Amino acid sequence: MSFVKLTASTLAIAAVSATAAAARDQVQVAGSSTVLPYASIVAEAFGENFDFPTPVVESGGSSAGLKRFCEGVGENTIDVANASRKIKDKEIAACAENGVTDIIEVRIGYDGIVFASDINANAFEYTPTDWFLALSDKVLVDGQLVDNPNQTWADVNPNFPAVDIQAFVPGTKHGTREVFEDKVILAGCEATGAFDAFKEANGGDKKAAEKACIALRTDGKSVDIDGDYTETLARIESNKDGVGVFGLAFYENNTDKLQVATMSGVVPSTESIATGEYPVSRPLFFYVKKAHIGVIPGLKEYAEFFVSDEVAGPDGPLAEYGLVADPELAETQEAVAEEAVMGGNS
Amino acid sequence: MTDFSHSTPSAATEPRKHGGSLLAQTARTRKRNAAEKRFRAYGIAAIAAGLAMLLVLVVTIVSKGTGAFQQTFVTLNVELLESKLDKNGNRDLDDIKKVTTFGYAPIIKGAMEAAVEELGIETDLKSKELAGILSKNAAAQLREYVIANPDQIGETVEFRFLASSRVDGYLKGRVHRDSIANDKNISPEQLDLVDELAAAGVLKKTFNMDFITGADASDARPEAAGMGVSMLGSLFMMFVVLALALPIGVAASIYLEEFAPQNWLTDMIEVNIANLAAVPSIVFGILGLAVFINYMHLPTSAPLVGGLVLTLMTLPTIIISTRASLKAVPPSIRDAALGVGASKMQAVFHHVLPLAAPGILTGTIIGLAQALGETAPLLLIGMVGFIASNAPESLADGLLAPNSAMPAQIYEWAKRADPAFYERAWGGIIILLIFLVTMNTLAVILRRRFERRW
Repeated sequence: MSFVKLTASTLAIAAVSATAAAARDQVQVAGSSTVLPYASIVAEAFGENFDFPTPVVESGGSSAGLKRFCEGVGENTIDVANASRKIKDKEIAACAENGVTDIIEVRIGYDGIVFASDINANAFEYTPTDWFLALSDKVLVDGQLVDNPNQTWADVNPNFPAVDIQAFVPGTKHGTREVFEDKVILAGCEATGAFDAFKEANGGDKKAAEKACIALRTDGKSVDIDGDYTETLARIESNKDGVGVFGLAFYENNTDKLQVATMSGVVPSTESIATGEYPVSRPLFFYVKKAHIGVIPGLKEYAEFFVSDEVAGPDGPLAEYGLVADPELAETQEAVAEEAVMGGNS
Repeated sequence: MTDFSHSTPSAATEPRKHGGSLLAQTARTRKRNAAEKRFRAYGIAAIAAGLAMLLVLVVTIVSKGTGAFQQTFVTLNVELLESKLDKNGNRDLDDIKKVTTFGYAPIIKGAMEAAVEELGIETDLKSKELAGILSKNAAAQLREYVIANPDQIGETVEFRFLASSRVDGYLKGRVHRDSIANDKNISPEQLDLVDELAAAGVLKKTFNMDFITGADASDARPEAAGMGVSMLGSLFMMFVVLALALPIGVAASIYLEEFAPQNWLTDMIEVNIANLAAVPSIVFGILGLAVFINYMHLPTSAPLVGGLVLTLMTLPTIIISTRASLKAVPPSIRDAALGVGASKMQAVFHHVLPLAAPGILTGTIIGLAQALGETAPLLLIGMVGFIASNAPESLADGLLAPNSAMPAQIYEWAKRADPAFYERAWGGIIILLIFLVTMNTLAVILRRRFERRW
């Protein structure tokens, strides 16, 4: 029976120390899996250079992260939410409902989205129109909206080889999907004139037309990938004709397996994204709970360190990994230092 | 027995129902024998298929994972310049701490330049590209050393730095000269230098203890990542599981098996325990999130919560195996104990339980092994991510500070972009498998040595 006594006493000790150690001493971060590598690079460097423990960074997607962020104020809620898109008004309202009112929005830089195929497969030079014609549910043929008839890339654009269309696009829970829809599919929709046709069909409703534009075909030519880029890569490796949507940083780490396609004639790179030539990019953010600053040790230092020149600047480790540095970083630094919250300083 | 026949045809004088010889097989016997042979062949084929799968699995894991246990290191003499590290020259620790790891970059560049010059290697590489051969972990390693030994500032000290993941991949055959055409992290010139450094013995591939003992590292330095901290996370979780599931499970089984009356209520409980054993583990994760974190406000990502969730998952397994081994103890033992005047409790604790102990232990170990390899519930309580970066300092820290677990760490590595992490994921699988095989072997040994049969 001594074993039972032993375990009972250890549990009792653990329970007592639990209450003693309840005060959390490390920053907790969750959110976008696109921001995760950057956040973990910063967290690691932060742990090395400051006397605070290394912050904990979880992934799970922008929406999941913001949902947890908005659960309330207190030690058992996260301090920082990473997001690969701007926080939505709906989310701000949900936050406010749970008492999370003062939110500091920090833009860390830009991230490019690239289209890549297997290294030994065909090279492509895309325009948004090609992607719209390849993947949209309905396209304009002879002035009529019909179910997408295109079977091969050659059907889409005579300059392309006649290989079957097989695209692996991020699933709807990814922030990347939204950018893909906005900057590629919708752009192609407008360029082909399908947008106007949709608008007409919906009685001039712009919102409905946009929604119709970004509806992707469901006959298996377009596959939603709900996992990470590694899954997209695995799909392309097993299906050499496939084309996948990746983050720039992921592509740059796997240049031996993937070849990147140009978009509107521009090769994606940190430079071409920084200048705005490459069209498919989006800002990355993190959101800080102001109420936690001063309560969770190191939170403000973490936020300031994240956007400091030596980290997020053009020569910093984040840029080296694939982040496109924000030209307006100085303003962001100032805002973080002042703890400027969204919607004015309250 | 109707197919038995006489051995000689002369026996035809005795009329038999089927006739024929024992030596000459009838068509029906041949058919039966053929059926039996076929069945045996199916069985052997099934086992062979299973073994082939196992072989493929083991060969894949070992061939992909062994690379993680080796790592390329570069030995360098580093001059710890006072002008960079301690401008005031008074060795004040606060001043020294103000120099961030970025401030150490020039020192590392200088050390690389000096090494190349000393070895007489000619290269056109700039100092930044020279330093690119080393891991980004080098600066952290230097800073840690300087803060621990401020008196060494100004001296030249020999360090063993990790090489970057691309260089390491080149030595392991993962990175080839023709595959790096578009890679901005490494150039063919750098690889030339790597070849020369390797020839000079400065750059070497050796066993990497840090992979087994170290902490997780960020995407910028996969070469520095290790399993150690997540192993501790798993250890603390197993500690919680053992401390909770064993006493609760055994107590519940003893009561149900030895004391409880047989009625519809105990029947219901029995059925529910069997059902719980079949519930997918992710369900326990959702339960854990709702009860332990959202309701009881236990910290997220803590091994304590992970252990509690896994306890819920393991309990039915332990209860079922404990009840089975209690049932296997013959009633005569109980009767004899009761017969000489023992109370029911004495009979159970002095006689039945010791005899059932090997079975209970086996069930517990197998339950623990199952819990050790579980990832799904940990996803929901925040144990997957860049978490296993701080080694716990105390028992309470180990239970409550955020940590990951071995399978969660493997999952996390498999998701990351750099191929070096992929290799580490396989290496992690090897470590996890070693644990599982050890635990299961232990269970088999315990059963073999101590189990009594009647």
